[in-house]
Amino acid sequence: MLSKVAFSWRDALNLEGQLTEEEIMIRDSFRDYCQEKLMPRILMANRHEHFHREIVSEMGELGVLGPTIKGYGCAGTSYVAYGLIAREVERVDSGYRSVMSVQSSLVMHPINAYGTEAQKEKYLPKLARGEILGCFGLTEPNHGSDPSSMETKAKYNPSSGTFTISGSKTWITNSPVADIAVVWAKCEDGRVRGFILERGMKGFSTPKIEGKFSLRASATGMILMDEVEVPQENLLPNVSGLAGPFGCLNNARYGIAWGALGAAEFCFHLARQYTLDRIQFGVPLARNQLMQKKMADMLTEITIGLQSCLSLGRLIDEKKAAPEMISMLKRNSCGKALDIARQARDMLGGNGIADEYHIIRHVMNLEAVNTYEGTHDIHALILGRAITGLQSFTVDK
Amino acid sequence: MSGRVLVGVKRVIDYAVKIRVRPDKTGVVTDGVKHSMNPFCEIAVEEAVKLKEKKLIKEVVAVSCGPQQAQETIRTALAMGADRGIHVEVTGKDYDTLGPLQVSKILAALAKKEDAQLVILGKQAIDDDCNQTGQMTAALLDWPQGTFASEVSMEGDKVKVVREIDGGLETVKINIPAVVTADLRLNTPRYATLPNIMKAKKKKIANVKPADLGVDLTSRLEVLRVDEPPQRQAGMKVETVDDLVGKLKETGHI
Repeated sequence: MLSKVAFSWRDALNLEGQLTEEEIMIRDSFRDYCQEKLMPRILMANRHEHFHREIVSEMGELGVLGPTIKGYGCAGTSYVAYGLIAREVERVDSGYRSVMSVQSSLVMHPINAYGTEAQKEKYLPKLARGEILGCFGLTEPNHGSDPSSMETKAKYNPSSGTFTISGSKTWITNSPVADIAVVWAKCEDGRVRGFILERGMKGFSTPKIEGKFSLRASATGMILMDEVEVPQENLLPNVSGLAGPFGCLNNARYGIAWGALGAAEFCFHLARQYTLDRIQFGVPLARNQLMQKKMADMLTEITIGLQSCLSLGRLIDEKKAAPEMISMLKRNSCGKALDIARQARDMLGGNGIADEYHIIRHVMNLEAVNTYEGTHDIHALILGRAITGLQSFTVDK
Repeated sequence: MSGRVLVGVKRVIDYAVKIRVRPDKTGVVTDGVKHSMNPFCEIAVEEAVKLKEKKLIKEVVAVSCGPQQAQETIRTALAMGADRGIHVEVTGKDYDTLGPLQVSKILAALAKKEDAQLVILGKQAIDDDCNQTGQMTAALLDWPQGTFASEVSMEGDKVKVVREIDGGLETVKINIPAVVTADLRLNTPRYATLPNIMKAKKKKIANVKPADLGVDLTSRLEVLRVDEPPQRQAGMKVETVDDLVGKLKETGHI
């Protein structure tokens, strides 16, 4: 029944054998870039809360921004490749991967899916090259899990053919240094629509959020809009209602499902090496049952998680995926990765709290990753509704 | 001038892998071990692609000799910007004994067949460290050679090569057609971009057998035994310089 196949803890269910040659080449080339060019920067970037804007241009040069989009200077590759890319960036840092996800799934995707040809020609090639940086404004100070109650308003002015937008958004990745913002606002008909705002528009400001202990290598801020006049050409005309932002979020959540496992893998591999190297009571820490059990659990969750992500990626590429599938895997990967990072931190003992050992940075980051793009609990409600047919988001029926 | 450059690329065990000797002492473990393009070959490909981007040459052809997996290495070269590939199929025992002499015969035959004006190779492979293929290829073709190149520039019908030698840098100007071998500081190879990796799928890789090129693969070398390097022994401390000299004489070191 079982032929002589060696078990590989690095790839326990032979994910490698299930990838195409092209996917392997994409993964390998990008992994080299991440390890050689991103890893050396992250320690100080995280410690000093510095966002290296250059990495967006570097990733643009490699063609990994908006990789699933066809045309407009984008690579047009598979969703599995997108997942592999996310995993490699997040192996270095979740903040870097957030920047990549926002640009690809939350800025380029809505323009591609809901925008006019003119908008696509104007923005997509520059976004793909990383020449301009975008951000996505949905969350508000008083409305996170509950976007339908958003207070940001867009009022149409027939005389000037513009919309006046007022409101505030918060927890916006990239906003302090973004060139454009895809902002979701409620129109007079009560429907939510998307607008492309540009840096320089009067009344548009993006203060930085201070005191963040998570995703420090990525710039996060607010978007404050004080009667910003937006030309009607900047409205994304091909979607209205929350389907718009949710379409984008699902796109990003899929990447996060892969990405979080990249962070988990890093923590697992580092903890493994650390416990092999560190001698206590005359033997390596790895000789201890408590350590081995923790690693067995990590190996299992990461391996199973990656297989599920691969299945989902293939389904998306075949256009056979439902949003709840993405919710399920985003929730699973993030929850499990946070757990793995915490366990790994513990295995490193005192050294585990030093940023030079990187794991504590992943622990901090994964708190945000587990929360944004739909909290762990909210995705549970999405699944609960799908399982029972009964919604449990609100107190009314 | 054809404007065609031939670049040889070799599939070797990845530089980061810890090498293990096979229990039967006939070679090293290659099964299931990560392989990639020889780093000096990457530099050679990068140089050829750069020349094409500067419009100094017209076509870059990547060549690799080996079994089916050699095609992966050619694909990587295509993803870096080579235009097409040639896979010279060498398998089994022939592959085990494939060395610089056989490869240079193959490259010489291909250089003539493809009417190449330049053959660019890595200076050596990181598995056998031979540093012979470039030199032998040039000799078989009776072409000039610029080896250990840290700088290459085309000047009309000549190539100027700055060579890294023991004493420093030596500049030579050689007639085209010529063979150049790439050294470490020649350039920094680019990362294959996504769009280029995807375009590489459509580029052609031709299949050729050594016999088609009239090349005899018989090796004149026989590997008797492969061993791990000896285990590093503990050092010893001595009290005085006289003791040191005495010990060195004792062990036959001086």
